[in-house]
Amino acid sequence: MTCDEARILLHALLDNELDAGHAREVEAHIASCSDCTAEFAAQREMQRVLADTNLRYTAPASLRARIETSLPQAQHQQPTRRSVLRGFAMGSAVSALAASGVVAVVLRQDDQQRILSEVVSAHLRSLQAGHLTDVVSTDQHTVKPWFNGKLDVAPPVIDLTAQGFTLVGGRLDYIDARAIGAVVYKRRQHVINLFVSQTSSTEHRPPKTQTMQGFNCRRWGDRGLNFWAVSDIGADELAEFVDKLEAAMKANVEG
Amino acid sequence: MPATDDVQKAQRFREAALPYLDDVYTLARYLLRDASDAEDAVQECYLRALKHFDSYRGPAMKPWLFAILRNVCNAEYARRAHRPSAIEDTPGAAEQTPLWQESEVSPETEVLRSRDAGAIRKLIDALAEPFKETFVLREINNLSYREIAEAVGVPVGTVMSRLARARAMLRAAWTAEEEQAK
Ligand SMILES: [Zn+2]
Repeated sequence: MTCDEARILLHALLDNELDAGHAREVEAHIASCSDCTAEFAAQREMQRVLADTNLRYTAPASLRARIETSLPQAQHQQPTRRSVLRGFAMGSAVSALAASGVVAVVLRQDDQQRILSEVVSAHLRSLQAGHLTDVVSTDQHTVKPWFNGKLDVAPPVIDLTAQGFTLVGGRLDYIDARAIGAVVYKRRQHVINLFVSQTSSTEHRPPKTQTMQGFNCRRWGDRGLNFWAVSDIGADELAEFVDKLEAAMKANVEG
Repeated sequence: MPATDDVQKAQRFREAALPYLDDVYTLARYLLRDASDAEDAVQECYLRALKHFDSYRGPAMKPWLFAILRNVCNAEYARRAHRPSAIEDTPGAAEQTPLWQESEVSPETEVLRSRDAGAIRKLIDALAEPFKETFVLREINNLSYREIAEAVGVPVGTVMSRLARARAMLRAAWTAEEEQAK
């Protein structure tokens, strides 16, 4: 082995990259050559000093958050323990953030999540004895006027009994610190709460189903109103309810 | 709203790739020598990685991310027209100079003094490409020679010779500075 070869291979020896045969050859050369002995010792010393020094960089929290928010976010999946924990981790990353754009995006999602959780809580409250309805009637012409004067905008009240969803009444509820109308339906013995609130957005937002605490919630927006239909019936049945409700509302507007 | 497939893919990607964020950022800092350019490059690297995640078949995530980051950095080098050009894969003049010339100080008398991390980072920053890259991948990112070869797209023999040169140059610069300090 020449010194030129040894000067390259001694690094592979330092890095433990040589097989036993080559390692022995390099060691043999080093043992017999004072120049290479000195070079090997010097390089080993440098490697030791480098290993004792922190030469890594840590990615800023803002970069991590930028990358996180650029990934498609799981919003429709049932929250698992893991995603809840990740939510906490995200929260602390955000609070550590000075940068603004990211915060706005994250907070907007948190906001939707918070309102969803309030909607589900309101649904749960309504299931307690005596809390389901303020006005009890299967007649839409009784339920609808009851809301008038109690809310800025009365929710549309539509009888869907013929389609398999029985109107049972209405109720005032509170979501996001605001009074909101709840129209109550039943499918067999299962309660469906339809929450309706005013929104400044007039664009149509197609229905999307989210799950929280075992309840399905289908949310959509239309003609300046936000709708949340919440129930423990299956997601497909809830989608059917929303489809029939939307079709009936459309027919009412056009008719 | 993204489709469920996208969300699941993003979740798998997050678990596979995000643990290496500090590694990728470290390499970007050394390659670009600028914190904000490094951040942009790392974000672009993760965006491209997600896009190509479907075709990712391994073996190791870290070298794969580094390979993507190199491409991003090469584009950045090209953008900085006034800077010396990209990481060259073709052996340049520096690669053909004999090793001996790079450590003129007699090795047997030199014992390196410990330095603070900032001073050592500066010495590493001053190394020429492609030696710096190989050095950082090995010494700081802890890649094996085979993984470096994979990330950089050169034979293992090239990795070995570049690393030997990088270390010889670094030690020469280090001892030269200590000579000056005396
Ligand atoms: Zn020798």
